Amino acid sequence: MSKIKCQCGHENPFGTVLCEKCGRPQTDEAQKSEMVDMRYEGSARRSQTYKKSIIDKIWNFFSSVKIGVSIIIAVLSTSAIGTIFPQKFYVPVSGNDPSEYLAYYERLYGTAGKLYYQLGFYDMYDSWWFKILIGMLGTSIIIASLDRVIPLYKSLKKQRTKRHPSFMKRQRVFGQDHIEDADESLEKAEKALKDLHYNVKVEDGAILAEKNRFGRWGPYVNHAGLIIFLLGVLMRGIPGFYVDETMWIREGETREIPGAPGYLLENVDFSVETYSKDEAGKVFGEAIEKNGSIVKEFKSDVKLYKEKEGSLPGSSDVEFVKEYPIIVNKPLKFDGYSIFQMDYQTDELKSMTFNLVNKKTEESFGEFTIDLNDPADSYDLGNGSSIELMEYYADYDGIVDGEPTSKSPIPNNPAFIFNMKTPDHPEGEKSFVAIRQTLEVEPNDYEAKFQSAETRDASGLTIRKDKTLYILLLGGIVFMIGVIQGSYWQHRRIWIQKGTNSEMLIAAHTNKNWFTLKKDIDTVKEVAALPAYTDKQDKDAVTDTVMEGDTN
Amino acid sequence: MDKKKKRLYIRGAILLILAAAIVFALTSKKETKVLAVGDKAPNFELQDMDGKKVKLSDYEGQGVLLNFWGTWCPPCKKEMPYIEKHFKEFTNKGVQVLSVNIGESHFKVDTFIKQYGLTFPVLIDKNKSVSRNSYNVVPLPTTMLIDKNGVIQEIVTRELSEAEIVSLMESIQPE
Repeated sequence: MSKIKCQCGHENPFGTVLCEKCGRPQTDEAQKSEMVDMRYEGSARRSQTYKKSIIDKIWNFFSSVKIGVSIIIAVLSTSAIGTIFPQKFYVPVSGNDPSEYLAYYERLYGTAGKLYYQLGFYDMYDSWWFKILIGMLGTSIIIASLDRVIPLYKSLKKQRTKRHPSFMKRQRVFGQDHIEDADESLEKAEKALKDLHYNVKVEDGAILAEKNRFGRWGPYVNHAGLIIFLLGVLMRGIPGFYVDETMWIREGETREIPGAPGYLLENVDFSVETYSKDEAGKVFGEAIEKNGSIVKEFKSDVKLYKEKEGSLPGSSDVEFVKEYPIIVNKPLKFDGYSIFQMDYQTDELKSMTFNLVNKKTEESFGEFTIDLNDPADSYDLGNGSSIELMEYYADYDGIVDGEPTSKSPIPNNPAFIFNMKTPDHPEGEKSFVAIRQTLEVEPNDYEAKFQSAETRDASGLTIRKDKTLYILLLGGIVFMIGVIQGSYWQHRRIWIQKGTNSEMLIAAHTNKNWFTLKKDIDTVKEVAALPAYTDKQDKDAVTDTVMEGDTN
Repeated sequence: MDKKKKRLYIRGAILLILAAAIVFALTSKKETKVLAVGDKAPNFELQDMDGKKVKLSDYEGQGVLLNFWGTWCPPCKKEMPYIEKHFKEFTNKGVQVLSVNIGESHFKVDTFIKQYGLTFPVLIDKNKSVSRNSYNVVPLPTTMLIDKNGVIQEIVTRELSEAEIVSLMESIQPE
């Protein structure tokens, strides 16, 4: 498309409203209006320039502020909808069966819940359409910014000191009057403006005083911050950048740490400590009395191991790294990972102690303790007595097809088949022992009497790693710099020039805070004779003139 | 003309980068990776009942039926005898059986082996690192068929019938 040639001789790109150099209005609309729109300096926003290829069309789509705002509204409203019912992550459904999720939402929230599930809001922040929406938002921010900041930068760089009177006249603040000694006024004005810390350029009987152009870049710096932030979030998808996992580990167990391949954790001991009454003092002592007990500390004593270089998963070839007590807010830290104390479970059966007794005489033949997680084949009690462990069911669940069964490997309901060997019965007597239940094939002379049980706790830990944290922080800082830059620095410009026949023109523009701009002009006017100006948008001033007219 | 082309290329490049970022956001999943047919089976090293170290890579060049199981799992109990019945004939044909128990006690696994008279190698994944982390096995039993190149040819997450076991083992028989 063709360029627009201004009367001053400058060639402007297609779509320009005000000539980049002299400021003459280029469009019919601008020529007719009393005041020009100074946004983006009347430069040709790139979106408006060419609409030819498919790439240009996509580009122009994202460059539109209307589209940008629509995307923001879409993101905001869907994000809000996503908070109505709990997200999938917080739903207590084990496994990944979709029908169970549907059932959960329907049961708790009725038809609305069902719809919520079916429309995919239940896992919204991970859904493809939400991600695309965020992606479109990022695209819109980048393209719309590029399309505006580049032409704005160019036209501010190219602007001429002497503007055409038609540009001056169309500014919001404008004045035109006959002045005695225009040259002297210009000189004085130049000095006064410099004293006000303006950058002053003088050229051919014209002054351009400019201040804080820097403030114009605020929105774009702000957008850059947003993009850095989005980039940081995106980088969480790169393997090794972001880990957020949980693990349950019982006392005495060693487990590979999920999300941290090559590392193993052993739970040595978990403990809960409560405040004692003495320690709590008078005030809190009452609180403890009222509430029972108050927890002081949840602690997991752990040992960290690392698989040796080149060793395979499952091999016991590990080296000890360190021992650490994890308490709330004091995570175990290693290699960028942090392991936090999050949850606990107490009182899972760990071992059971039995006493072998003669039923009639109640004479004891010795005690034996079975480690429920690693039972032995036999337990020698001395004196010619021993216990042979024939079968062990960790989570006894009755007899199926004539055979005792266990429904899980967790010792929730242990049951045993013992063969009790005593001097009286060297071949042994068989007995099935479960909690509160003993079955015998034939009446036995001896029995394994339950004595005591030991329990163990399990720690619920969270594994975190976030390499993107500093990127997010940087994004946030850049974002704030942009906000501050755009908010506290106003780009002010004052144009003063000699017109025809000893007339002088004055015009001014700022992107915000017109009051101070006018105050600056007034300060200059105190020392230099300048035309009086009017603010075309100052409604009070307009009413004043009307009232004056009325009284006259 | 030149300028237009330049503009087209720059815009195209920026749009392409942004599209790539969106595609990346869509495809990168934080969830743990699940093995699929066609993946290379991760190597591991576990101990058998006698404490002997067994590596998957020891069986390179042979087909491997890798079975994850637990003593409490009823379908595991059902399919074990079928595996036992056929594993010997396939050993000569270059197909091995490796069964991995998920972290149970030596006693429990040992009684199970005796009860069912198993003679193929049984390994115990004590720290559950192979089954839970490397192979991400959830339901039991899970059976994977690995060909002579170490590539997973089939993943079955349910009980196998006798006929299925035979045909699956035939499918990974090296020529």
